[in-house]
Amino acid sequence: MAAAQPPVLQLRDLSKSFGATRVLNGIDLDIPRGSIVSLLGRSGSGKTTLLQLIAGLHEPDAGTLAIAGADMAGVPAFRRPVNMMFQSYALFPHLNVADNIVYGLRASGTPPAERERLLGWALELVRLEGLAQRRPEQLSGGQQQRVALARCLVLKPTVLLLDEPMAALDRSLRAEVQQELIGIQRKIGTTFILVTHDQDEAMALSDYIAVMDQGSIVQFGTPREVYEYPRSRFVASFLGTVNLFEGTPAGGTPGQRRLVTEDGLTISASGGASAPAATGYAVAIRPEKVTIALGPTSLANNFGGVIERLSYCGNLSHATIRLSARRTIEATIVNSVHADSAELVPGAAVNVAFPAESAVVLPA
Amino acid sequence: MRTRALTLVDRLVIAIPFAWLLAFLALPLASVAALSIHAVADSIPPVAPLLTSVRGHLALHASLRGFQLLSHDPLYLAAFWSALVNAVLTAAGCLLIGFPLAFAIARSPAKRRNVYVLLAILPFWTSFLLRAYAWMGIIRDSGPVNSLLLALGLIDHPIAILYSPTAVLLVMIYSYLPFFVLPMYAVLERLPAELLAAAADLGARPAYVFRTITLPLTLPGIVSGAILVFVPAVGEYVIPELVGNSSTMMIGSILWEEFFQNRDWPLAAAIAIVTFALLMAPALLLRRSIGRLAGSAA
Repeated sequence: MAAAQPPVLQLRDLSKSFGATRVLNGIDLDIPRGSIVSLLGRSGSGKTTLLQLIAGLHEPDAGTLAIAGADMAGVPAFRRPVNMMFQSYALFPHLNVADNIVYGLRASGTPPAERERLLGWALELVRLEGLAQRRPEQLSGGQQQRVALARCLVLKPTVLLLDEPMAALDRSLRAEVQQELIGIQRKIGTTFILVTHDQDEAMALSDYIAVMDQGSIVQFGTPREVYEYPRSRFVASFLGTVNLFEGTPAGGTPGQRRLVTEDGLTISASGGASAPAATGYAVAIRPEKVTIALGPTSLANNFGGVIERLSYCGNLSHATIRLSARRTIEATIVNSVHADSAELVPGAAVNVAFPAESAVVLPA
Repeated sequence: MRTRALTLVDRLVIAIPFAWLLAFLALPLASVAALSIHAVADSIPPVAPLLTSVRGHLALHASLRGFQLLSHDPLYLAAFWSALVNAVLTAAGCLLIGFPLAFAIARSPAKRRNVYVLLAILPFWTSFLLRAYAWMGIIRDSGPVNSLLLALGLIDHPIAILYSPTAVLLVMIYSYLPFFVLPMYAVLERLPAELLAAAADLGARPAYVFRTITLPLTLPGIVSGAILVFVPAVGEYVIPELVGNSSTMMIGSILWEEFFQNRDWPLAAAIAIVTFALLMAPALLLRRSIGRLAGSAA
């Protein structure tokens, strides 16, 4: 990404241990100003610790952390131009919406007139004008989240940290709330950094995703880059479903590699940003890029197989096709016409095909 | 959930707590109330029957002499007053010591919390009287407190702590402290740490967080703890008797004297009823206003 402005957040070789456990391992990250960035990983990947280091709740053991060009070493949490929206929202139950929102302004001694102006601005921003006198327990989950958001944004932070922002919401509400969150961020342009373990949420919300595993950022890129061109098997299988083929190199060119699997399939693959060393690699292919046909196709990879399982999900069907005694492949079929094909049934012999450019080459 | 008719066993189980309250709270209270309007008599028991049958007519011998004495004799008013002052000071002392103690326990690592709570209530394992006598040993003229102060050269002759209002207050705060710490701890432990972290994140200094978040949200615990200390402290009889002097004559001691030494049962019963009424009113008021108090602080 070629950002004209300097990054709003710069992390260099950041490390952190708790006792003998190394939680973060040499984190390097540049976050462009005004973007929404997800730290995506399983629990224990170090994503929450990274968020806490940015917030100033912990100091790193090594490395530097700069916000808007200013080094944050030794700067306590309350002096950093950063606010955090907690997973539970942590609204003060004894204060109404307005008093929750102006809490930080009161604490810092902002004059009442300025406080009122900012309160009005924040209420309008999160569309809670009519609810200023309500108590938090009288609000829906989505409204509570907007109060928590307004309470932070009224302080005009350079960076807003969001810890699992959707975790406290019903699944059915999330898509709508995600769109609201993006809308608010686009209006004010504050950089949002959020922590999540939910890849769908990261995809839907983020401009960039930092995929974390065992205390390291294993890939940083746009959702499209991370999904389409994973750089490791971990990233490929963590985001979405993937078919992985391992094998030995069998010629080809640097642009189009060939691989022979243990069960004798020859696969041509040309996807992937960087071609790994020829000593050994794997190939990843997403189920939706696999075509099921009744006869041979013009695509680079064609394998005969038998449909083993077919599950109908309305818009899509998921098929498991057995290619050999040891291997099956997952394929997603878009049900663009009525899916009542008599040919595509369990037990049917089919041809499985995918183009070389959809198959991503990965280090083994 | 499926509902069904109550069986005999269900009814019995439900009846037990009601029977308990009736037998050990309502009936004794009613009998004390009845006793307070009896007339004194030189007999055993030392009261005249309330109802007698005189030539086939039922006659009532009620007397409000006990209540009249209470309202006229300044001795009783002074004793009520000193009991109330002492109870307020005891509750205040328990608040000042107990709140930080409960706060520290609630904020300590989860594994150690139960140990600390156990330590806080451990004194209950020994008899109360033994602990009171231990205090008498500690604060007497030749006890360790005076020895230490003398050795440090802070004083040149022992200060008389024992048999003084200070001693009464000291031992009462010590004895009642667990009654404050436990409810306080229960409320503080439930206070989500995230609220305090969020307030700090929004730029509030610790003192501001305490005043605007911790205090209003733990007010119910402060009020329950204070009531639990205040109510029994008003009627406290043993501690002033053991470590106090004649100036610490409180209503509990007067009640005991009227009943056992002067054998004026109706007067003793009247003292009990008035004390009960005095304590019920503020307790009920406080209980009802907890919600409003917690809500209005901002």
